[in-house]
Formats: sequence, C-alpha cells, structure tokens
Amino acid sequence: MQKIFSMKEAVLRFVEDGDSIVMGAALEAAIPFAFGHEIIRQEKKNLTLVGPISDMLFDQMIGSGCIHKVAAAWIGNVIMGVGYNMRRAVEEGIPRKVEVDDYTNFTISLALHAGALGIPFIPTKSLLGTGMMSGRMPFQEMDCPYTKEKLALVPALNPDVAVVQAQRADEEGNTHYWGGSGVTKEAALSARKVIVVTEEVVSKKVIRRDPNRTLIPGFLVHAVIHEPWGAHPSPMQGYYNRDHEKYMSYYQESKEREGYLRWLDKWVFGVKDRGEYLKLLGEEKMKSLLIKRRRKSLTVDYGY
Amino acid sequence: MIECDRSGEPNLRAADYTMQELMVVAGAREIRDDDVVFVGMRLPLLAFQLAKATHAPHAIGIFENGILRDKPAGDALYTMGDTPNIEGAIWTTSMMDIMSLLQSGKVSLGFIGGAEVDRFGNLNTTYIGGKERVRIRLPGSGGGSDIASLAGRVIIMMSHERRRFVERVSYITSPGFGDGENWRERNGLKGGGPCAVITTKGILRFDSKTKEMVLDSVHPGVIVEEVLENTGWNLNYKSRIKETDPPTRLELRTIRRFDPTGFWTRNGMK
Repeated sequence: MQKIFSMKEAVLRFVEDGDSIVMGAALEAAIPFAFGHEIIRQEKKNLTLVGPISDMLFDQMIGSGCIHKVAAAWIGNVIMGVGYNMRRAVEEGIPRKVEVDDYTNFTISLALHAGALGIPFIPTKSLLGTGMMSGRMPFQEMDCPYTKEKLALVPALNPDVAVVQAQRADEEGNTHYWGGSGVTKEAALSARKVIVVTEEVVSKKVIRRDPNRTLIPGFLVHAVIHEPWGAHPSPMQGYYNRDHEKYMSYYQESKEREGYLRWLDKWVFGVKDRGEYLKLLGEEKMKSLLIKRRRKSLTVDYGY
Repeated sequence: MIECDRSGEPNLRAADYTMQELMVVAGAREIRDDDVVFVGMRLPLLAFQLAKATHAPHAIGIFENGILRDKPAGDALYTMGDTPNIEGAIWTTSMMDIMSLLQSGKVSLGFIGGAEVDRFGNLNTTYIGGKERVRIRLPGSGGGSDIASLAGRVIIMMSHERRRFVERVSYITSPGFGDGENWRERNGLKGGGPCAVITTKGILRFDSKTKEMVLDSVHPGVIVEEVLENTGWNLNYKSRIKETDPPTRLELRTIRRFDPTGFWTRNGMK
C-alpha cells in the first residue's frame, strides 16, 4: 500500500470535516505547523483539536474559523503568554464560538492512554478540588473500591487523526523520533488514523538498525509526508532550532483581528505549500536556525 | 557598617538588579540539593539553573515534555523543548513517565505561576471572571494543576498586584489549600501544597494551621504597607518582617549567563 503523500493530498484524503485531531503532542518541539496551515488552506470545517499545551498553532487555527472545539491543557503562545484568537473566540465568539474542554497535561495523557489501552477511563489523583471537575466537563469523581480514597476519572479519548511530526520515517511509516516526546506515542496509539510528517524518508534498514528509536510502528500509519522544515517555527532536534522571533512577532500581529488576518493572508493563503513558505521565510533566516553544534549519539550493539 | 553577602563582598544595592532577578535568586534558594524538581518555564527554569550552578549541584530537574536533566543546559532556553535542553540530558522520554513520577510521590518540589492567587494559595490561570461569565480567557493549566495537586512542595512565583492577589479566585485551576485547614485532605489531594509565594514585592508563606498566606519577608526597598496595598485581602504579617536577602554577585552573573538577553529577567514581568 502506497503511503507516501504530498501534504496537500494527505490533508485532502485523511482529514474530514468534523474530525478530532491531535497535533503538537510533543509540546513546544516538533509541532506540525505545515500540516495545520494546509488544513486552514483547505478550509476544513468543525474540527476538534486535541493536545497538551499547544504553542501558537492552535491559536492560528482557531482564528481561521475551522475549529469548533478544543480539548487541551493550555492554549496560547508559550514564551509570550495568551493566544489572542483563543481569547476572541471564547470571550466574543470571533470568528466563531469555540467550545473548550479544559484538561491538564497529565490528564490529556491519561485520556489518550486510556484510548490506547482500549479501556473507558483511567483514575487519577490530579484534578480533585479544581474547577475542571465542575460544570459540563468530562471528568467524574469516585471513591476507590479498594482504598476508599477519592479519585478523579478521566474518560478515554480516541481521536480521528494523530499527526506525528518526526525526524525520519521509512516509506511504510516506521518512525524514528528523538527528544522529549510528550504524548506523541499515546496520541498515535489511540487514534483511528496516524499521519507522519517527516524531515527525511529513510530506508527500512535505517529503522531496523535502531529499533529502540522507533516511536510509532508503520502498520499503524496511514500516510507519510516528506516535508523538510515542516515544524518551523518550532524546533526539530538535530535539524533546526526554534525561531523565537516568529512567536514574538505573531503575538504582536495577532493582537487585533485585522493584524491576524494580514498574517494569515501572508503566511498561509499567500503561499501554496511549505516550499513557498520557506522561500518567503528566506535562506538567511533558515541558515540562522540550523544546528550549530552537532552531537551524534554513540552507536549500540544489537548483535546476537 | 556595610553589610556583606555570603561570599564576603558588599551587598548589592536594589538598583543593581531587577525584581525578576531577585525572584529567581529567592526561587533558587528554595531548592535543596536532594530535590527532584518539576522545573517548568520562565523564572523557575532560571532558578533551577542557578541552584544547580551554586548550592544544589545534585538536584534533579524534570520537564513535562519528557526530559530529565542533572546539569543545566549548555545554552539559554526560551522553552523546555528547545534543542539545548535535550543535549546532555540523562533521560528523554514521554510525558506519561514524568507525570507518573509526580503522581507516585517522587517529585519533591514544583514551581508554578498564575494570573490570580487567593489567600489560601489557589491559582487561576484559566478563566478570569469564572467559567460561566468569562471576562478573560487565559491559556489554562498546562501541567500547573498537576504539580499543585501532586508535588511534595509547591512554590508559586508571580507579580504582586492587587488585581492578581484576590480574596477568592473565580476559578481554581491549580489547587492550593482550598478554603483552608484540612481542605486538601478532605479532597483527596496527595501533594503538600504551596509552601512559598515569591512575588515582585516579597515572599509569603502559609500558616501551618489555618493555611492562610502570611507575609514572611519584603524585598529590599519595599515597605510592608506597599505589599498590603497590593493585596486584595487583609494580609497577615509578622510583627518583625525580614528583608529578603539580595542576590550575590556570583548569583547575578550566573543568571545573566542563562538569560543573556534579559528576555525573562530584565524586560519586566512576563
């Protein structure tokens, strides 16, 4: 089965209106910005975004109007603070009202882990006594049948799509990832469809030589998208650093709706794909973000 | 007589450092050499780097994206996911592993911040005005609520303003001591709760019985009345208030090494 798709084809084929999608599962690193921008360009509708903390991408998508609901632990701009589109959507319904299920980083992990385990919920000692336990929230409280202590219950999440941004994968979707992975594995194991966006497509031999590096096995993967710099402005370990300036300038630009729309016209609708985005970004900027101090791991012996 | 810091040099004057730098120093001094610290971001990240480089070389730092470090990162960090925070780590793993350490009681100290705090140390970082009548939608919990619920000790760092120090938060994102006394036990919370609030004006701690915030020290140049005016309830304070120890030159040099552009400590409160 052919799994290599262009970004455009993959979004067209695997993201449907109304889907729930996990993105940015590795927190501040390896955020699939290129994938999110393609979703905006294709004007998908009524999507639910799922994630732990979400650094800027969710805010960009909320502003575009394609989002109906967010289930996440944090929605904003990590180094600057709030997300203005998120604020406008919740406080004023601009461009549309967005529903929010407030999770914590731990409980979004548990929700996806329960989904991955194929069980209906997981108990936790977090959430108790917080505002997240009240109102129309998904969590419930119970007394432990064994110890009688109070527990909060986190129901399983099984998203329609998990987008995994990684360093390298083979054509079957066997995916190597290094660095802090956040909830990436739980996201992929709980989702109906897994899409891998990768800096490099490598031969299966590269995967076989280091199976401990495999985060996602290919048989779970529906599509592999070869998209170098697909995570920019978030960092990709071993490939490029975080473009802090982009987060600072977006924060200023998105303060007013008009400024956000200008940003959207320039960086999303003004380019047809990531290639054009990178041209707009410029070689000089890209060069400044490249890894400067190489740190190769030492190899291990898998011999028998 | 000129007062001297711990290295024997004359004390720095308040004009020599920013309040954020003093907060980082105060945060670092709360870190013990045997602590496992849930580090987080911003000023706490700098506090951890400073403590490691000075009095707590054995402290371990964990980050919720799935990183464990036992030495400071080799370059300045804006986020825990920045590439220098991976290089030289001891363990890169999943958030589930990090949160498991927290829930099973293996994390002795955590740092959190907030937009609103109340007299019992409850934090709101989600809905100003409450969930039903949202005035301002803030980013939310992140890992803050988990840390507040589950870490052995919790340190809160925030800007000391009357609008932020409120009698009662309109929404509890991260639980402190609820409405006081044994509220945490009644609600089944495992962690010890907040032990200090480090602000731009002073350091506050909690009464061991009532669990209410008490002013413990004021920063150099700050008077008690100024703290009271910027607190939205009748703040308790001791009859003899200490002054927060100023940073030493070594501490200040170390902070500026980890925040070379002053993004976190010399551009006002983020």
